[in-house]
Amino acid sequence: MSLVNEKVERKELNRKKYCRFKKMGIKYVDYKDPNFLLKFLNEQGKILPRRLTGNSLKFQRRVSTAIKRARHLALLPYVADGLK
Amino acid sequence: MFQNQYETVFILTPVLSEAQIKDAVDKFKSVLTDNGAEILNDEVWGLKKLAYPIQHKTTGYYQLFEFKAAPTLVATLETEYKRDERIMRFFTTKLDKHAAAYSARRKSGASKTKAPVTE
Repeated sequence: MSLVNEKVERKELNRKKYCRFKKMGIKYVDYKDPNFLLKFLNEQGKILPRRLTGNSLKFQRRVSTAIKRARHLALLPYVADGLK
Repeated sequence: MFQNQYETVFILTPVLSEAQIKDAVDKFKSVLTDNGAEILNDEVWGLKKLAYPIQHKTTGYYQLFEFKAAPTLVATLETEYKRDERIMRFFTTKLDKHAAAYSARRKSGASKTKAPVTE
């Protein structure tokens, strides 16, 4: 009986992911604002995947270039420990 | 003549005195203006802490210029950057229409809110 597939009860049932740039109408991702870009990094300073951020492909690409530019200008670290 | 809108940021070494910093900034400003660029925005971020050390320095003096110029000027500007030992990092990018709109908004907002933050 324990092997029967039961529906897992999730707290947030069917909450759809959305792209915050599309929703908020942001057209340009600024590399000069490291505090904003921090939302898309994990503690080690790695870029979070689309799976977690929910960004559309277009904006995930723009976020990633913006982060890379910020890293070049030492606004964000390439490697970090306990960024948050 | 055909012109694009660009934005350039560079980091100067923190070892310079204030007069030397002013001198270096003026030099690059004149590189732009002498070659027929129109400076749209001039932002001083000042001495900031770097996210990681560059040339064993932990701070750097940031300066931003936004300008309208012919595409050939960018190469001239970047060779000037490379020749100058006071420059630790530089970055130049072309602004598309969204970026230009963003920076225009930023400029109007920066004069009120952002300016006191950059000491």
